[in-house]
Amino acid sequence: MSLRNIGVVYRKELKEALRDRRTVISSLLVPLLLFPLLTAGLGAAMSALMGKANEEIPKIMILGGEDSPQILKHVRKLNQVDILPATGDWKDKVINKEIRAVVEIPAGFQDSLVRQQIGWLKIYNYDGNLESSIAADRIQKQLEEYRGRLVKENLAAKNLPEAALKPFEVKQQNVAPPEKVGGAAFGGVIGYMVILLCLTGSMYPAMDLTAGEKERGTMETILSSPILRVDLVLGKFFLVLTTALTTAALSVTSMGVSFWALGHFHAFDKAGADAAQQMQLHIGIHTVLSIFIMVLPVAVLFAAALMAVAIFAKSYKEAQSYITPLMFIVIIPAVCAMLPIDLDAKLALVPILNASLLCKELVTDTYHWNYIAIIFGSTCVYAAAALFLAVKMFQREDVLFRS
Amino acid sequence: MIESRGLSKVFKDKKRGLISAVDNISFVCKPGEIYGLLGANGAGKTTTLRMLATILEPTDGTAVVCGYDVIEAPDKVRAHVGFLSTATALYPRLTSQEMVEYFGRLNGLDESTLRKRLDEIFTRLDMNDFRDRRCDKLSTGMKQKTSIARTLIHDPQVMIFDEPTLGLDIMTARTIIQFIRECRDRGKTVIFSTHVMSEVEKLCDVIGIIQGGKLLAEGSLAELREKYHEQDLEEIFVTVVAPLYASQEAV
Repeated sequence: MSLRNIGVVYRKELKEALRDRRTVISSLLVPLLLFPLLTAGLGAAMSALMGKANEEIPKIMILGGEDSPQILKHVRKLNQVDILPATGDWKDKVINKEIRAVVEIPAGFQDSLVRQQIGWLKIYNYDGNLESSIAADRIQKQLEEYRGRLVKENLAAKNLPEAALKPFEVKQQNVAPPEKVGGAAFGGVIGYMVILLCLTGSMYPAMDLTAGEKERGTMETILSSPILRVDLVLGKFFLVLTTALTTAALSVTSMGVSFWALGHFHAFDKAGADAAQQMQLHIGIHTVLSIFIMVLPVAVLFAAALMAVAIFAKSYKEAQSYITPLMFIVIIPAVCAMLPIDLDAKLALVPILNASLLCKELVTDTYHWNYIAIIFGSTCVYAAAALFLAVKMFQREDVLFRS
Repeated sequence: MIESRGLSKVFKDKKRGLISAVDNISFVCKPGEIYGLLGANGAGKTTTLRMLATILEPTDGTAVVCGYDVIEAPDKVRAHVGFLSTATALYPRLTSQEMVEYFGRLNGLDESTLRKRLDEIFTRLDMNDFRDRRCDKLSTGMKQKTSIARTLIHDPQVMIFDEPTLGLDIMTARTIIQFIRECRDRGKTVIFSTHVMSEVEKLCDVIGIIQGGKLLAEGSLAELREKYHEQDLEEIFVTVVAPLYASQEAV
């Protein structure tokens, strides 16, 4: 093995990669821009939509209430709604979003109030439609306030205190610091995105340096040089690893910067500011570094595995067909980390899933050093096995000259 | 010098089973000599040359190139060989100079020697006008010159050419032929494969006729003419391969 020759191959592959538009886009631009676009872009879009929906004066209808003049009078006085005359096709109008909600006052409602029997008011809406849900919530809130006043009047009439109905209150209070709350919500997504970007950033270079070389006819050229095949493989491997790590580093850095910016710059209106506050995620330098170190052996595993698979292909297109199923093998465990699963000793041995779960913990500033050791060690073993396979594949004539 | 000793290569094919591409080929090619390996498509020329260049490993037999065994010291063999074929393409995103530099470094040249040899070769081959142009922007003739420069950068003692003029226009082909001749005149050992009779007649000091992986006849053009009582090389070729060709057709 010659470090000099490995270096010669690496520098040449790096030069070519930097001149290749597809590599630059997949390994540099996408990871740099993805998180800012997702946080700023999606965040801004979400807050704009929420703001617009909240500002709307929803059109509603009232059904019934002819024998309940008191409640009807109150419903007609609801704030921030536009009441239209009721029509028979009210249901279709709700579904077609011509009106946002319908309030139904059943027959005998006022009578049941007088007799202090439990009555009901229904609010019909379009579940899943933001404007309809906001309208329904607005109506419900005002009707519940009215109900509260009626309860107070009834209690006063009977000389009963308010506490008769509510002897005690039950409240929930979060004691976890904000970074753990945000991390628990977003840690799984961050792990998934970093791992997926690490994979996608190295996919194209891995295919280009193996199957692509065969397709371009330069494989025989390089094999006619005195370089040992193991040196050739390692030179290429280090380039693929470089792109994987660059993608991981850029995505982790851009993620950290995006969330920091989100927490400090509220360019939206109040609704947007509230949304940004909920999304606030504290990712410090030490978390960014920890995630990056965790991704290192994963990147080695990806680089080696992608090369071992891609070298088998006769052409770039065939390599894509082999690597696409590999993406699912990576995506499925990465996605599973978004479920409410906690890391344990068994899961620490499952590749990809272990790294995703660890990332979730790192984002919440939780360090289980025993699991970290298992994950790092096991991933290194898997990575070494994949690299060994890649070297072996490069030494097989039936693979190199497969036609 | 190239000394082939019973070189054989058997491939395993899933559908066709074992295929004997090269069967017990032995010959010697001396310095200052051009050995022409003449055969039809599928005769075993490329496989033979790839084994000599250590791109493929022989299944049986061996060869000694510049004193090094192709099985025991393949990297040393490659350090003394310049290999050029239609399958040895250029890296499209490297410039002509970078392409040759890369192979110079892989052949262990230090930077000052590399710089000096690069300038000599680029001047000799009249390549200075396009040395900074990317290989994917070169014309066919420029690409061929860059490939030639690549094979020459480490001044190898042995030159192996596998159908070097295949698909080239007449002017580019003439450049290659001229280059092969120059290699011989500089005392290099040259072996090249072709199925073009005129190239063999123009260049070769020794001709080896190969068919079905076997070396069926060998000698200078004069010797072959005398042995087979034919003047035309094409007739000699047909006479030599016909019996084997017929038996292969029958199978």
